[in-house]
Amino acid sequence: MKILEVKDLQTSFFTQSGEVKAVDKVSFDLEKGEVLGIVGESGSGKSVTAYSILQILTSPGKIIGGSVKLKEQELVGLSEKEMRSIRGNKISIIFQDPMTSLNPVYKVGNQLMEAILLHTNRNKEEAYLRATEMLELVGVNDPKKRLDQYPHELSGGMRQRVMIAMALACEPDILIADEPTTALDVTIQAQILELIQDIQKKFGMTTILITHDLGVVAGMCDKVAVMYAGRIVEYGTTDQVYYNPRHEYTKGLMKSIPNAEKKKERLVPISGSPVDLLNLPKGCPFSPRCEKTMKICLREYPEAIEVEKGHMAACWMNVKDEV
Amino acid sequence: MNDKNIELEKNENSDILIEVANLKQYFSISTGFLKNVDLKAVDDVSFQIKKGETLGLVGESGCGKTTVGRTLLNLYKPTGGQIFYKGEEIKTKEDIKKFRQKAAMVFQDPYSSLNPRMTVGDIIGEPLDVHKLYNTKEERKERIRELMGLVGLSSEHATRYVHEFSGGQRQRIGIARALAVNPDFIVCDEPVSALDVSIQAQVINMFEDLQKKLGLTYLFIAHDIHVVEHISNRIAVMYLGKIVEIANAEELTSNPLHPYTVSLMSAVPVPDPKTARSKKRIILEGDVPSPLKVPSGCAFRTRCPKATEICSQETPILRELRSKHFAACHNID
Repeated sequence: MKILEVKDLQTSFFTQSGEVKAVDKVSFDLEKGEVLGIVGESGSGKSVTAYSILQILTSPGKIIGGSVKLKEQELVGLSEKEMRSIRGNKISIIFQDPMTSLNPVYKVGNQLMEAILLHTNRNKEEAYLRATEMLELVGVNDPKKRLDQYPHELSGGMRQRVMIAMALACEPDILIADEPTTALDVTIQAQILELIQDIQKKFGMTTILITHDLGVVAGMCDKVAVMYAGRIVEYGTTDQVYYNPRHEYTKGLMKSIPNAEKKKERLVPISGSPVDLLNLPKGCPFSPRCEKTMKICLREYPEAIEVEKGHMAACWMNVKDEV
Repeated sequence: MNDKNIELEKNENSDILIEVANLKQYFSISTGFLKNVDLKAVDDVSFQIKKGETLGLVGESGCGKTTVGRTLLNLYKPTGGQIFYKGEEIKTKEDIKKFRQKAAMVFQDPYSSLNPRMTVGDIIGEPLDVHKLYNTKEERKERIRELMGLVGLSSEHATRYVHEFSGGQRQRIGIARALAVNPDFIVCDEPVSALDVSIQAQVINMFEDLQKKLGLTYLFIAHDIHVVEHISNRIAVMYLGKIVEIANAEELTSNPLHPYTVSLMSAVPVPDPKTARSKKRIILEGDVPSPLKVPSGCAFRTRCPKATEICSQETPILRELRSKHFAACHNID
């Protein structure tokens, strides 16, 4: 069953220097229980995609086209009030920085119970019970004590656990994790990733994991979408994308990370600088950094084509015979 | 072992550029009215770096790796211990000033470590001004041009301001500034962690090229063990102010001894779906203890899967457990 269908989603920021197409015709579906990884560099549009699904964009950002369907209910065009009953209830999000996403002047308990009281019929006592239960679930020891503490009294890993508890409190259909471990240390990152994985398996939670770390995606996701300059340039199962990348950008990314097998070999970087969304080149936005640029790349944007079953890539290299 | 390591083996001991002995850096933290506690950011750290070598320093945030780098350059006055450059101790103000012409630093954040109100040329030229390394204005300009070329920046950009550059380019500016005094030794403090993946490789390659070209010696501080493994000849692992393991890079990553290093290596996500799925990760329990309340004995014992009674009583010292492979743990033979 398709739980989320995103089709031709377009989000732009109307800045003083011009329109920035942060998300440009992004489409993907999610089946129930699937884990989708969205990878890309800063400015590639991965977070804006998530914010657009939840409609929590800040001005001057605006959805200008496309559709987002949650269980066949269209979300684009809903009123703010209607969206509020979706956020935190049907679709939840965990943000990157657990310090800034928790309110420092409210106790952890208040913040956790707020979501529960808002979206369910539980009364205060039941909400309190639910909050303790949730904290236990995410591996916070001594939950009753924690509920009575302020965010600054908790460590980074602990705060992120509270955020996860909050996101899961209303049993959402979809969990979006926006760089959930980027701000954490390696050993804490491992704890949090394992927690998300456990919960995902236990409840069959449909999850979108946004990250720039190809390692995190490899271990957790069923499918991967690689974004560049606001578009999904490659999409497929994790194995397809990692073992048979068909877009030059994905290939470059895979080559540029140091790994255990080729320890001392010289790294192969992607040349040039990240794309400037205000001055997008004509044709394929990756063409100025691509080693295999052809004439057509400078002229026309390559549409995504299916290179093997379920594996899409938007690169002229895949259609060069026809050109 | 690659050629560089063989070469380094040859001039064993003869060419130690930097030596740190029992370095201590305590910060006094106020915990209330007239109450102060020492935060032992670096506690009794010793190591040597040979000429042309890269020593990697890894650890989690708060373990003291950045403080080691900064104290080494005397940006903080060390609480205790000695620092030697080419066998001579750095003690007096004179020594420090001379030493800073031979040792430079590249900072983590290329956004906050460059003055937004100075032109790129002036940023790179500032060390030249401080140490009076030129006679005429023309000479200064020429040197800036040369430095910019060295790090792959066009010298036409010398009159621009920092905000016009991307993260990777800014880091190149920071590197050019470090190179201005013509140093032998550079402390690289997380120089790539603020950069995008595709840009990281460019900067890492540049560090390697510059090392070859100018015969530089690096102390490379990072939390990403793969990056450190790639660039370093030897690696030291820190936990709560102490070095817990130090060895040749290949030896340390393929055969880690200290339980902390083992779990650190295992916690790093591998960008390979099949390995990642089959790999059983060692997940450490709990958080890093506060550096204000370091556990007695071995600081790692509260999270260590192998901890025994002795660990809470005695602080383990670094022992040579394999050839040139040192670890500080009671429970390894």
